[in-house]
Amino acid sequence: MELRVNDTIHQVDVEPDMPLLWVLRDELGITGPKYGCGIAQCGACTVHVDGMAVRACQMPVSEAAGSDIVTIEGLGTPDSLHAVQEAWIEHQVAQCGYCQSGQIMQAASFLDLHPEPTDEDIDRAMSANLCRCGTYPRIRAAIHAAAGKLRSA
Amino acid sequence: MSRAGTITRRTLLVGSAVIAGGVAFGVYAVSTPHANPLESEVGPDGATFNPWVKITPEKIVLIAPHADLGQGAAGMQSLLIAEEMDLEPGGYEIEFGPPSAAYWNRAQGNEAAPFMSQDDSIVAEGVRGAMTSLFKLLGMQITGGSSSTPDSFDKLREAGAIARETLKAAAAKKHDVDVAGLKTGKGAVILPDGTAIPYTDLAADAAKIAPVTGVALRDPSKWRLIGKDVRRPDIVAKSTGALHYGIDMKLDGMVHATVRLSPRRGALNGFDAAKAETMRGVARVMEITGGVAVIADNTWRAFKAAEAISFDWAPSDYPAEQDGHWDRIAASFTSGSLDAEWRNDGEVDTGLAEGGVTQVEYRAPYLAHQPLEPLNAVALVTDEKAEIWAGHQIPRYVQEKVAAITGHEKDQVIFHNQYAGGSFGHRLEFHNITAAAEIANAMRGTPVKLTLSREEDFATDYPRQIAVARGQGVARDGQVRTLALDIASPSVVRSQMGRLGVSVPGSDSQLPAGAWNAPYAVPNFRVRAYAVEGLAPTSSWRSVGASTAGFFIESFVDEVIAAAGADPLEERLRLCNWDVARGVLEAVGEMSNWGEELPVNKGRGIAMVESFGVPTAEVVEVTNTDQGIRIDKVWVAADVGRVIDPVNIENQVQGAVVWGLGHAMNCELTYSDGMAQQSNFHDFEGMRLYQCPEIEVRMLENSGRVKGVGEPPVPPAAPALANAIFAATGQRIREMPFNKHIDFV
Repeated sequence: MELRVNDTIHQVDVEPDMPLLWVLRDELGITGPKYGCGIAQCGACTVHVDGMAVRACQMPVSEAAGSDIVTIEGLGTPDSLHAVQEAWIEHQVAQCGYCQSGQIMQAASFLDLHPEPTDEDIDRAMSANLCRCGTYPRIRAAIHAAAGKLRSA
Repeated sequence: MSRAGTITRRTLLVGSAVIAGGVAFGVYAVSTPHANPLESEVGPDGATFNPWVKITPEKIVLIAPHADLGQGAAGMQSLLIAEEMDLEPGGYEIEFGPPSAAYWNRAQGNEAAPFMSQDDSIVAEGVRGAMTSLFKLLGMQITGGSSSTPDSFDKLREAGAIARETLKAAAAKKHDVDVAGLKTGKGAVILPDGTAIPYTDLAADAAKIAPVTGVALRDPSKWRLIGKDVRRPDIVAKSTGALHYGIDMKLDGMVHATVRLSPRRGALNGFDAAKAETMRGVARVMEITGGVAVIADNTWRAFKAAEAISFDWAPSDYPAEQDGHWDRIAASFTSGSLDAEWRNDGEVDTGLAEGGVTQVEYRAPYLAHQPLEPLNAVALVTDEKAEIWAGHQIPRYVQEKVAAITGHEKDQVIFHNQYAGGSFGHRLEFHNITAAAEIANAMRGTPVKLTLSREEDFATDYPRQIAVARGQGVARDGQVRTLALDIASPSVVRSQMGRLGVSVPGSDSQLPAGAWNAPYAVPNFRVRAYAVEGLAPTSSWRSVGASTAGFFIESFVDEVIAAAGADPLEERLRLCNWDVARGVLEAVGEMSNWGEELPVNKGRGIAMVESFGVPTAEVVEVTNTDQGIRIDKVWVAADVGRVIDPVNIENQVQGAVVWGLGHAMNCELTYSDGMAQQSNFHDFEGMRLYQCPEIEVRMLENSGRVKGVGEPPVPPAAPALANAIFAATGQRIREMPFNKHIDFV
């Protein structure tokens, strides 16, 4: 099976129903997407598939084949940050940081569709991403800041 | 018994146990420093001045022995060293360091001494000193009890200052100049002519001279980093997916394992793995202590195979059904189960005889920890050594547990602490460590990564204590006159220490933590703690005893204040007999503009609890909407003595409030058939973003003692919310989770 992840083509020999998350993590060594719950309840595994935020723990790899898959590693790097990552760093959102790859991927996809979000929009879009450390006040602030960056970019 | 009598009895109990230990070990052992574990690491051209600094010609490495569980311990520790060493952020690497007695915790002994935080009497200080000596003798390297900052504050600044002065001495000798003419800055010694010599260039010279001692610490007015807005060192890595946690560890030839351990914490009678063994990628299914391990070539394949195994688990030795747990607590309010009477001011029985008694019962359930990174560990065992990689809070016990399994000497167990995706007390336990060691020991030479599924992590989580409190209170003439609070719960300390093979003498001060030490001069005030036996084993959960006892006391005080017809803040201030606690009450009052007119469907509640030496007051404002209670805003004031990192401290306090509120609203762990009924985040949600209020934080620095803030904002959150709901609706909620009794938006 052929997978396109962060603009790189990979060949993988796995069951078609293996969740994309475990192909990324254990077969390809791409560890930015995290395992948190395995049942789409925490969002730590969020990646983009053809630009849409999806829970990699619930997407069979066969459904992702042929699509453009982007993980947090492909969204931006320390030398070339995405606006959402910039805002996350400026607001020092992370505590343990384990959920933040998923939060950032969710936020980036959300802002593509909602460039001027209200707090209610943010509540709706981000409430399926669990943060056990409780960084929610900073997530809200960072999303507003990122929206401003993206609008002025 | 009089208050003096109570205190004396308790002091003798704890004091004699500790002092007996001190005498046995002797003064010499207490005063001798532990060896520096970095000596063997630096090589001939490298220098290490103490266990926290090593410099080689290539780089400067600062050791942060307190585990970084997300609370920012790595940044805090390195910042303190860098302040005195004149290093720039980014000009050094941070390592967690090896397990070592040199990293014994100087601060946590204070919390183990059963005295009120504000008690600085000779007896209290003496017992604290004895407890601290015991921690040193044991070489107790531990991250917990909000003690990382108080442990580090002086020690790591001294470590940095010694390194700086020794590097200056080395430069003076090398360049034949007077040390008094040297300065330091940006990781270099600056000669009188302005030439900057990087510390790394001085490593080999510095290694040849004895570390300079007796260095004075800088006056706070000179600080460049402490108390300033700094960027935590892991923030870029954590925002780009680049930070590697324990679960991301990879070694060549590594296999992927998972386990099923008894969900009843009993024996494994039998299992059938016939199907699992034939599944794709499964290399092996093996019985381990208390369960079964599956070894595969991919974590998901291991999970699938584990699901395909059928198990016959022996019954639990605690009640199989939840009702049995509550019954056992209800039956423990007896003289036989009394652990200690922690406070007995005035004449409580006479006070209660005045009549008009408010009589109430409060309940708090078991709770799971469940940090978002599930428990995991990577282990590689060979005949020569056992190596293990995981995030853990008590590294030397990891060594001990692994050595007991593999048969190596403790110093042949090499433990590499890892950044952890949260803990909240979860990484004080060892079942992931011991299981990984057992598997790797059976597959010597092959690296094994063990990952618990979320469901397995829930099933084997040693939960927060369950607890019940019974209160009787009397108000008269508009004032709180009498409070009698009896608290019953299992002893977390004895349960947890028992798993370490340590038996703890004396009473468990966590049973009534936050309640017995309430800084209120109520004329008649009694707090008793009862220890419940025979329940599920429990473990420290963010803020430990105060997470339940704090809810009890501050709900109860609020009820008796309401019976008095007094204002919740004004009456607390009138009763408050500790100026530091008064300060945080006044601060939240001012921040929230307490007393202002509110719309009829809104209400505010206040609570103040001191835990881990930090009095913390919170005001919660709620609106009673058609869809249920909505939390609009929370104001928090806490006194930590000294703010080291203002951004991180705000983040920690906000997170602790979210933790306290979310679990109080939405979470419980219950048992049926001897097993936890909750299995994942669909039925144990905590708080999600849509329920999160705005949280305004103010830190005070009046106490004069540097304290940590990871836990103290948790205990007041639940009672402040319950009190706010009462203010908005007239309904008292006396049982967590609150959503059993009222809807939330």
